[in-house]
Amino acid sequence: MEAKKQDRGLLRIDRDECKGCGLCIEACPPKVIALSEELNHYGYRTAVYAGSGCTGCGICFMACPEPGAITVLRAVVHSAARTALEGSACASN
Amino acid sequence: MSSDTAVEYEVAQGRSKSFYPRFERKDELQHQTHYCPGCGHGVVHKMLARAIDELGIQDRTILVGPVGCSVFTYYYFDLGNVQAAHGRAPAVSTALKRSRPESIVISYQGDGDLSAIGAAEILHAANRGENITVIFVNNAIYSMTGGQAAPTTLLGQKSTTTPEGRSALGEGYPLHESELLATLEAPVYIERVGLGDNKQIAQAARAIRRAVENQVRGLGFSLVEVLSPCPTIWKMQPVEAQHWVRDVMEKTFPLGVLRDRTREAQPRPAPATPPALEEIPRLLGLEHGERLVKDERQVLNLAGNGSALKRTGERARAAEVDLEVRIAGFGGQGVLLLGEVLAEAGLESGLEVSWLPSYGPEMRSGTSNCHVRLASQSIDSPLVSAPGILVAMNEPSLRKFDRTVRPGGWVIYNGEEFPADCVRPDVRVVALPFTKIAHELGDARASNMIMLGVLLEIAGVLPDASVAAALRRLVRNPRWVELDERAMAGGRARYREMFAEVHA
Repeated sequence: MEAKKQDRGLLRIDRDECKGCGLCIEACPPKVIALSEELNHYGYRTAVYAGSGCTGCGICFMACPEPGAITVLRAVVHSAARTALEGSACASN
Repeated sequence: MSSDTAVEYEVAQGRSKSFYPRFERKDELQHQTHYCPGCGHGVVHKMLARAIDELGIQDRTILVGPVGCSVFTYYYFDLGNVQAAHGRAPAVSTALKRSRPESIVISYQGDGDLSAIGAAEILHAANRGENITVIFVNNAIYSMTGGQAAPTTLLGQKSTTTPEGRSALGEGYPLHESELLATLEAPVYIERVGLGDNKQIAQAARAIRRAVENQVRGLGFSLVEVLSPCPTIWKMQPVEAQHWVRDVMEKTFPLGVLRDRTREAQPRPAPATPPALEEIPRLLGLEHGERLVKDERQVLNLAGNGSALKRTGERARAAEVDLEVRIAGFGGQGVLLLGEVLAEAGLESGLEVSWLPSYGPEMRSGTSNCHVRLASQSIDSPLVSAPGILVAMNEPSLRKFDRTVRPGGWVIYNGEEFPADCVRPDVRVVALPFTKIAHELGDARASNMIMLGVLLEIAGVLPDASVAAALRRLVRNPRWVELDERAMAGGRARYREMFAEVHA
């Protein structure tokens, strides 16, 4: 049985700060951001993370015009986990 | 390997510490900027903030803000902040840098500010080679004032002052400010970058960091021009505007380095230490303790003979129309248009009307509201401080004005659930998800017209023909007229359904 591959990155989006411009959706290379169906407190549809597939590249952060609407996190690679991650990276190459 | 390998995550990119944690601006909106969705200013702000973080200069950086949409830099950046008069940021920066040479002084300007009214200041600051950093955000138009042509407007580009498109014969050619400054001897670094796609954005971040770093190294004048989208004034969706930067704007304003003398430039000698404050009178030849003679003349009382309009304080008789409406929402929701249609319809029906908009410099996302009065008698003041009808397009607007509604008045609220703590026994409420209803009708932007439909039913004083004529005068696009009429009819129908028994 194959181990579930851990994402290299993780995305946090502040729904109150997002204005739904969609630039992060356009910018995201793996296309893991979408626009919400429901509106936020201010009446905007906002960006939402698909929940998996983030590579932690940070491009969405640079494309987003709001100072703190997006936070990009990256996996901290401990020596034990590194082998796991490298293994999966090689497998995908 | 085991599947439960715990992967920990740490923040790689997040809010820069050069920004304030909260922006002390309007009551409800302290966690976001005042910029429209998709505005380039936010992106440039972030690049600048990051460069300042990385260079570790937050405590000695002074940001000089311009006049224009980015006038509020002081709300956002946790730096030394000075807000200069229109176009004068490079002159103010010169003074700051010379008097506080250890500071890092950044002049932030738009294209109207830098290339039109401030054309002289930037030219001379560059020509003197002042050791400052200039961030020049170019969106080819005057945005804050509503879309007039700027010196940088492209040939053929439509604006409110070039409705047929800019022509070289009438308005001249787009001004290439960076190229112009690159003909001077003194500047050390000038580059034009864009925000047209990921690659351009990455390059823009590098250029901004370099321009700041040059100053830290004391090299001299650095300027980065950023081609930046303005979705609101260009009337485009944010992504479309971003592509327009890359596909259209860049053809007139090619990207690239126009001047780079950072390698050969020598750090500029520090200016001579200014004299101590107490030394200045002696240096100026003023005797110790001498004071400038104050002009003792009294300020003329410009108020004159008092108010010409005498408030009668008398309410119009019941049979007469005296409608006071307050409409509030965030910019872009059609607050002002709703009010305009109402006022125009009143005018069409022969009533006295007033329409008073009240909004900040932001085009969208700021709060916006307007006062409308319709009356059979002449109107003493266009201010509506105690509305008979309040139209609240979102919750913050409701909370701002709900206490002002006159007893016996109405609130039309955009939202299914009316906040319990806003309920008043003496005010009637129509709370519906107008945005959603409008979306079902064909476009969420028509929600204002559904609300207008409800308002017209409540007011019951304007003939349908007047409203239709007003709408046609204000909304030119036939597709929108059709949609707006449907939306209005929808609003009227909703109201009648809700209050059928009352009128039966």
